Amino acid sequence: MASSSIPAGDHGDPTRRDFLMVATGAMGAVGAIAVAWPFINNLNPAADTLALSTTEIDVKSIAVGQAVTVKWRGKPVFIRHRTKEEIKEAEDVKLSELPDPETDNARVTDLAKKVRPEWLIVIGVCTHLGCVPLGNKPGDPRGEYGGWFCPCHGSQYDTSGRIRKGPAPKNLAVPGYLFTTDTLVRIG
Amino acid sequence: MASSHGAPPVFNNKVIAWIDHRLPIFSYIEKEYHTFPTPRNFNYFWNFGAIATVMLVLMIATGVVLATNYQPNAELAFNSVERIMRDVPSGWLIRYLHMNGASFFFIAVYIHIFRGLYYGSYKAPRELLWILGVVILLLMMATAFMGYVLPWGQMSFWGATVITNLFSAIPVVGDSIVTWLWGGFAVDNPTLNRFFALHYLLPFIIVAVVALHVVALHVHGSNNPLGIDPKGPQDTVPFHPYYTMKDGFGVVCFLIVYALFVFFMPNTLGDVANYIPANPLVTPNEIVPEWYFLPFYAILRAIPDKLGGVICMFGAIAVLFALPWLDTSRVRSCTFRPIYKWFVLLLVADVILLGICGAHPPEGWYVPASRLATVYYFFHFLILLPVLGKIERPLPLPSSIAEAVLKKKAG
Amino acid sequence: MSIKLSMQRLILAGATAFALSAGAAAIAAEDMPPLPHHEWSFQGPFGTYDRAAAQRGFQVYKEVCSACHSMNLLYYRNLTELGLTEDQAKAIAAEVQVPALSDDGSPIERPGRLSDHFKAPFPNELAAAAANGGKAPPDLSVIVKAREGGPNYVYGILTGYVPYDKLTPEQIKEFNVSKDDNFNLHFLGHRIAMPAPLADDKVTYVDGTKATLQQEASDVVTFLAWASEPHLEARNRTGIRAILFMLALAGLMYATKRAIWADKH
Repeated sequence: MASSSIPAGDHGDPTRRDFLMVATGAMGAVGAIAVAWPFINNLNPAADTLALSTTEIDVKSIAVGQAVTVKWRGKPVFIRHRTKEEIKEAEDVKLSELPDPETDNARVTDLAKKVRPEWLIVIGVCTHLGCVPLGNKPGDPRGEYGGWFCPCHGSQYDTSGRIRKGPAPKNLAVPGYLFTTDTLVRIG
Repeated sequence: MASSHGAPPVFNNKVIAWIDHRLPIFSYIEKEYHTFPTPRNFNYFWNFGAIATVMLVLMIATGVVLATNYQPNAELAFNSVERIMRDVPSGWLIRYLHMNGASFFFIAVYIHIFRGLYYGSYKAPRELLWILGVVILLLMMATAFMGYVLPWGQMSFWGATVITNLFSAIPVVGDSIVTWLWGGFAVDNPTLNRFFALHYLLPFIIVAVVALHVVALHVHGSNNPLGIDPKGPQDTVPFHPYYTMKDGFGVVCFLIVYALFVFFMPNTLGDVANYIPANPLVTPNEIVPEWYFLPFYAILRAIPDKLGGVICMFGAIAVLFALPWLDTSRVRSCTFRPIYKWFVLLLVADVILLGICGAHPPEGWYVPASRLATVYYFFHFLILLPVLGKIERPLPLPSSIAEAVLKKKAG
Repeated sequence: MSIKLSMQRLILAGATAFALSAGAAAIAAEDMPPLPHHEWSFQGPFGTYDRAAAQRGFQVYKEVCSACHSMNLLYYRNLTELGLTEDQAKAIAAEVQVPALSDDGSPIERPGRLSDHFKAPFPNELAAAAANGGKAPPDLSVIVKAREGGPNYVYGILTGYVPYDKLTPEQIKEFNVSKDDNFNLHFLGHRIAMPAPLADDKVTYVDGTKATLQQEASDVVTFLAWASEPHLEARNRTGIRAILFMLALAGLMYATKRAIWADKH
């Protein structure tokens, strides 16, 4: 817009006219962007969608070694009550072996910075192309690393939900969560 | 191109003459679809433009009727489609026509594209005509993808999830873009709702681009199997009745094959998982897109890097935009290109192989095969085409279309 | 990035995929026996539903399957299309109680009508899952269209149960089967949550047909196929007419085209 040069004619002062053209054009562009923004922003999540963004779960009934799937923001969240072995396995991995290095400790810390290694809470969405990995139900394949196995393209996650093998680039995401009591956890 | 710039047509009907004097639509039709000089030597590959147009009209007609009963809501969508299939009068027919029509629209367009590739229809002065065609292909893909989401079956939902997640490969802003596309934190009701709105809108944009495609076509006229320009009236025939009747015949033949699918195997080209209502917590064993996307899906999966795969997949179409400038040959038609002819056919085999790889899980021999086929696809366009055009020695061209036609008749 | 590095990644990825394929093969469909090939009345372009079989199949659904499986897309009025009279269909509908509101707005139950959906065994999916060991039995409305293999698959499942004591030690080991599991030849992974639903004489047919397992299975599959695609017969009829018409039209057009082009060829 307005960036094309104006032929300096015989009429008026060319510099002043150029300046006015550029200023008007720039003003017009700002206006156009201002008008376009509400249309673009309109497609972002609405208030009622955002309002559903926290959920509270009682984890009392999840036995050691068990996992449950809860729905949060339309996505599955895995809550796994890890066994001692699983915790040890997750902690013993060398960071250099990981495609997306992250300590197990950092992944089991809630928003109040309290570490609860027995509870692993991750978003159950494969970071490759968004499938739900298997491994929560007894009898599900858990992959070579004892965590989760994605049936779509074969990504494998360990007992800390970290990517170990397959096409997924990142670890299973940890949602922000807070243990309001020892058995009550709020996600989001 | 030798067009007959005669006097404007005279209309005997007074109403038509009155309208035409003020809005010359009848002169336009007369000039562009009646007397329009068209090369006399088309083969049946030239029917597919008309066939694709018929399919577009059919898709819009069936789509508008379906939309009067469809409910774009995650709770209702699946059952509303089933209600169309069960309770709405002739609903099953309209729905199967639309569902299989998408496949047959792509069949027609893919053959139409192959014809352009083989006979060099993209070469000067038809570069923009070709580019508009690629734009139509892209719009069709977007429309088809969003349409497939609407029945809200398992494959609808997971196809949408996988494809929209492709954008998360974009560094930094990827995740925000995906949230923006979804209108939420997962594929959900807002996604379905906007996909329906866009699925209804895009076909009309396709119609507009098709109109431009036709205008561009009528500037220099059609290419032909010989790839040489008509030199005079002896090389052409008026479009009507010669090609209206030939196109009509081709359209009906195509519709017969289409009807075989619609009436006797309507679900063969679809996926059984789409008769299971969408469930965001359960991924189907295997996510496969519709057959017309399989070659591109195979390219996506052939690259072990997420961003790289996405770039290559979109690159596979982007490269088509540059095709008119990648081909350095002076000759249009493969009829006179003894070497390149075989490579075009190899490219077709390559794309079919990619399609087969895309239909299977990425295991075993499908992995190396899809990689090899991906490499050839890009090699063909980016290296072979520019180089071969320089070194290949074309066969001698006939001096005119009429001469070639008469020689064929005599011989 | 250097070419060497990317080559390495390619090879690595290839090896991963290969290892995966070896691992996944155990749960993949490769070691599945072929599905039984049954002759169905509704096959082919001239197929129609065997009404007697479909009515018997409805009886099987009503007396056996409907204890756990819903058919939410069907209405009692649809039963007349199976050849039942309107009175018969009304009587079947009236056997169930459906929730309604009384005049003062309090929730009551009333007998079903023709315009009601088939009553589902559970009020919602969660209840269905809770009552069935965590996995809700699938709705059967379009089951024949929703499974690879269609009617042959459903027939295969219904007739594919092998009792634990008839299994070979290899099968027990390979598929990790325990005494409490249900082993089905045609189910992916073979361990299926549904216990064998049908057996000889599971129902007593009103038309006197002998109720063998195979008979029950083929009857109920005919019923389910009809439920999945109720307009199949109209579709076949219309298809044959449409195609014959277009063949004639194509012939006529070809002749006209030849005549028009006669002076140009």
